[in-house]
Amino acid sequence: MSEKVLMKGNEAIAEAAIRSGCRFYFGYPITPQTELAAYMARRMPKIGGVFLQAESEIAAINMVYGVAGTGKRVMTSSSSPGVSLKQEGISYLAGADLPAVIVNVQRGGPGLGGIQPSQSDYFQATKGGGHGDYHLIVLTPDSVQEMADLTGLAFDLADRYRVPAMILADGTMGQMMEPVVLPPERDAAVADKPWAVTGTENKRPHNIINSLYLAPDVLEKTNDERYARYAEIQAKEARWESWMMDDAEYGIVAFGIAARVAKNAVTHLRQNGIKAGLIRPITVWPFPTSAVTGACARVRAMVSVELSMGQMIEDVRLAAEGRCPVTLCSRSGGMIPEPQQIIACVERLAKGGK
Amino acid sequence: MTVQILIAGFGGQGILFLGKLLAYKALIEGRELSWLPSYGPEMRGGTASCSVTISTEPVGSPIITNPDILIAMNLPSLDRYEGSVKPGGMIFTDSSLIERPVARTDVKAFAVPATRMAVEMGAPNLANMIILGNLMKQCPDLVPYENVGEALAKVVSAKHPEMAEVNLRAIKTGFGL
Repeated sequence: MSEKVLMKGNEAIAEAAIRSGCRFYFGYPITPQTELAAYMARRMPKIGGVFLQAESEIAAINMVYGVAGTGKRVMTSSSSPGVSLKQEGISYLAGADLPAVIVNVQRGGPGLGGIQPSQSDYFQATKGGGHGDYHLIVLTPDSVQEMADLTGLAFDLADRYRVPAMILADGTMGQMMEPVVLPPERDAAVADKPWAVTGTENKRPHNIINSLYLAPDVLEKTNDERYARYAEIQAKEARWESWMMDDAEYGIVAFGIAARVAKNAVTHLRQNGIKAGLIRPITVWPFPTSAVTGACARVRAMVSVELSMGQMIEDVRLAAEGRCPVTLCSRSGGMIPEPQQIIACVERLAKGGK
Repeated sequence: MTVQILIAGFGGQGILFLGKLLAYKALIEGRELSWLPSYGPEMRGGTASCSVTISTEPVGSPIITNPDILIAMNLPSLDRYEGSVKPGGMIFTDSSLIERPVARTDVKAFAVPATRMAVEMGAPNLANMIILGNLMKQCPDLVPYENVGEALAKVVSAKHPEMAEVNLRAIKTGFGL
């Protein structure tokens, strides 16, 4: 069971989903996540599952909506432009309180952009993306092992809170191979989903899956009820890794591939006598606000390292509450910051610069 | 110990395959590792590269800016990456395809006529394995020769198990066996 195998991140997500009881996958190919769909295409027919290449991303997300209504574990995956297409369906999933897992292996944007790694869908993933008041639970793996582990967690959290969950990865995470210990096979029973539409057998009233509420007071009530669940998620489910932060004078906040690069930079900075540390959000919604707020009271400055023009930095600034300056260190368009860029940024801060 | 290996050449030269074999070797030996391919719209005939990090510690960034070891399978790759190799590092070149020598004097250069050797042994596509054999000879601690068959079995397509034998022969040729 503890055997290490070599897998691409995309494949690790697919296998972990299957082992977490997912038997329904709907998708449409797009670089750099296609290995995930290809893996599902190979495996699902052999285990009595469903793989369906939909006619579009929009069709795929609506198929997800359909299966999610029956209480079965279901997944779709895509990359940035494709995830934009899914936004309407994601909003409907949120509005109908349906659990599902959506994977975004991000590439550079906006528009068709490029195919190299990016984190520039942070706003879309964490602030809504589609219309209306809603959130997704957003998990950000930084290794192939976490691609597998967080996939299982995404299904569990989605079911527990009846909230769609997203794996927010990037092209590097999807394409790279690392040793991974796959999770054990689990059976995802639907017994604990009394809301699912599974046939009444004339023994209970109908369940209805719906996101349309024409009476504004009723719609407001559903939003209030959902936001009570969001508050519970914010209180209980924020996850992060704190690395070398105990005595850190300069903090870095980074997730996914940016965190891997930042770790190299922190090691190098410490060898040069600058006490740097890293807070790595493992969930970006809920954002690990308390961890960042606490750290901002202790450090001289905080640096947000991202593969975007500066998106997560807004959450870092909100969490800092003015306790320390917050600086951006980033590349965009598919470029990845080098450790040297981060090191130079922190060294500049240490010399009193901005 | 952390060693970063950058492999670069034309698409179709088995760049990713060579990287995968190094990755499986490291896995079998209980090391930490990462394998990161370049991916792009280009395929056969275009450029391909692959970054493999082998370490006794958990691997930080899988992205390699300054490799310890460069394997350049064609001239554009040598031109592009020669300057990035760490001082004291190693550069392996396929000297059948790259006519110029390595210009750096602060690295160890190994010019292997890999394509010619591969043609001579009747497996013209296996210059990558010849170079790997040479790398194993030069770096026995990093990539020991033992278990190479086990690693090959993981990488060679299940549809063509007979290819493992040919690959092994090419590795042996590169190793000088």
